[in-house]
Amino acid sequence: MEQYRLDKIVKVFGRHQLALNGVDLSVQRGEKVALIGPSGAGKTTLFRILNLTLRPSSGQVWINGHEVENLHGRQLREARRKIGTVYQQHNLVPRLKVIHNVLSGQLGRWSTVRSLASLVRPVDIDLAYRALKQVGIEEKIFTRTDQLSGGQQQRVAIARVLVQEPEVILADEPVSSVDPSLASAIVKLMLQVSEQMDKTLLVNLHSVDLALSHFPRVIGVKNGTIVFDLSPGKLTEDLLDDLYSGHLPEKQQDKTSDEEPRASLLQ
Amino acid sequence: MKSPEPPSYNKAEKSVFPYLFSFFFLIALADSWRRAEVNPLLLLEVEGRRNLWKFVSAMFPPELSSEFLALMLRPVLETIQISIMGILIAILIGFPLGILGTRTYSVGGVLNEANTLGSPARRLWGYFTYSSARAVLSFFRSIPEFVWAFMFVRAVGLGPFSGVLAIGVAYGGMLGKVYSEIFEAVNERPLEALQSTGANKLQIFFYGWLPQVIPNFVSYTLYRWECAVRASAVLGLVGAGGLGQQIEISMRMFNFHEILTLLGILFTMVAVVDTISAKVRAIL
Repeated sequence: MEQYRLDKIVKVFGRHQLALNGVDLSVQRGEKVALIGPSGAGKTTLFRILNLTLRPSSGQVWINGHEVENLHGRQLREARRKIGTVYQQHNLVPRLKVIHNVLSGQLGRWSTVRSLASLVRPVDIDLAYRALKQVGIEEKIFTRTDQLSGGQQQRVAIARVLVQEPEVILADEPVSSVDPSLASAIVKLMLQVSEQMDKTLLVNLHSVDLALSHFPRVIGVKNGTIVFDLSPGKLTEDLLDDLYSGHLPEKQQDKTSDEEPRASLLQ
Repeated sequence: MKSPEPPSYNKAEKSVFPYLFSFFFLIALADSWRRAEVNPLLLLEVEGRRNLWKFVSAMFPPELSSEFLALMLRPVLETIQISIMGILIAILIGFPLGILGTRTYSVGGVLNEANTLGSPARRLWGYFTYSSARAVLSFFRSIPEFVWAFMFVRAVGLGPFSGVLAIGVAYGGMLGKVYSEIFEAVNERPLEALQSTGANKLQIFFYGWLPQVIPNFVSYTLYRWECAVRASAVLGLVGAGGLGQQIEISMRMFNFHEILTLLGILFTMVAVVDTISAKVRAIL
């Protein structure tokens, strides 16, 4: 069954900043896909369209065969609930205890009153504990989130997605703020949990090695378009050189350059 | 090898606005000096000095008889109680209106973009709630609290309750305005993450927004409480109970000794409240 279908997606920020320029994409339920490409290529924009926090300027998105263009309000929230996102900077709320950040994955299911009650006294400690155990930091359950290391916080973000129990897990540069040895462990962890629970997994990666060694399907994005969509076996040195030509290897670049579209969005 | 010339600053793009603004600023300053009739020399004139001295010396010694002090106990307590109830009402007004008056909550930013695009009705509704909240808040705070007290004295009669209402409404307007500014300054990334779980805006507010601003929120509210203590003393002058009513009575009876005592009490109260709020902020 087709999880995602994107047809001629274009996203323009402001007047002229073309972030995505005609992206076509089809992803099957349960697939594990890595996206690579230079920073500023439009990967983050693509992910924000995939998790329904951003709308394309033109083009259609189907999720499970349903067009999402006309979703608003409750229906839109319902659709978002089925898509879990792990962010580059984990985007947790620093002053909250770990358990509240983890349980916030349940917000799409909880009533507002229940969510408030949980802030006073956590309502589903067991659920949070199991999720944290799966990512290996269950002992931090009642710690304040800003007291954890970067790698631990990323695990909390993954636990939040586990609690959310989505159909799809999107991870936008989940490991670019942790050190390389941890990066591999976190990518493996995400593959493992999405495999166990039969989730579709899409990951933006700046590390080509990680993408090639762990994912059966690798998509190259450059200048807002998909330049290749292959299994790692068919990926040649030339294609990779082309993908990054005109760019420094991403690691040496300013990582925040990927956020320019966002900045212009907020103006 | 000769190193390349650094670019000349004279060729850098410059804006005329800083000069323009400085010019107007100086004009405004000069004209305000003239029209506000600022004249520091008046303070040094013989007659002014003498009158000032007469007023001040008449206040000494302060009235410290135990009889008078015992009599003031109730007004002091009343003043604090007026300020507490006033701030409570102000929070009840300012908090919800402050949320709605936050641009990133009601109209713009990541939380509304996807939801309002392609739905003019939602967009319009967002603008409506945002601007009505803002309008109500600025109406409440543009009228000085003693004018509110004046009106409420007519509505609910002389006494502390009119002071409570006056502080509640005027300070509600101020709190709401500043709350919305505090809310607008949060990091939006956690909000976006919460939104992507399917949370509604109120849930996002309590999980992502409030925890980020709690220290600012509490310390500003405490600061306003401190101001409310002072205000509730002043409001007594128009008959809204508390210490101010005593000040007014003493003034009318020309009992300047008592006034000095009352000012001393007021100073102590404000200092105590300030100490309490400093302690609370330190904990946060």
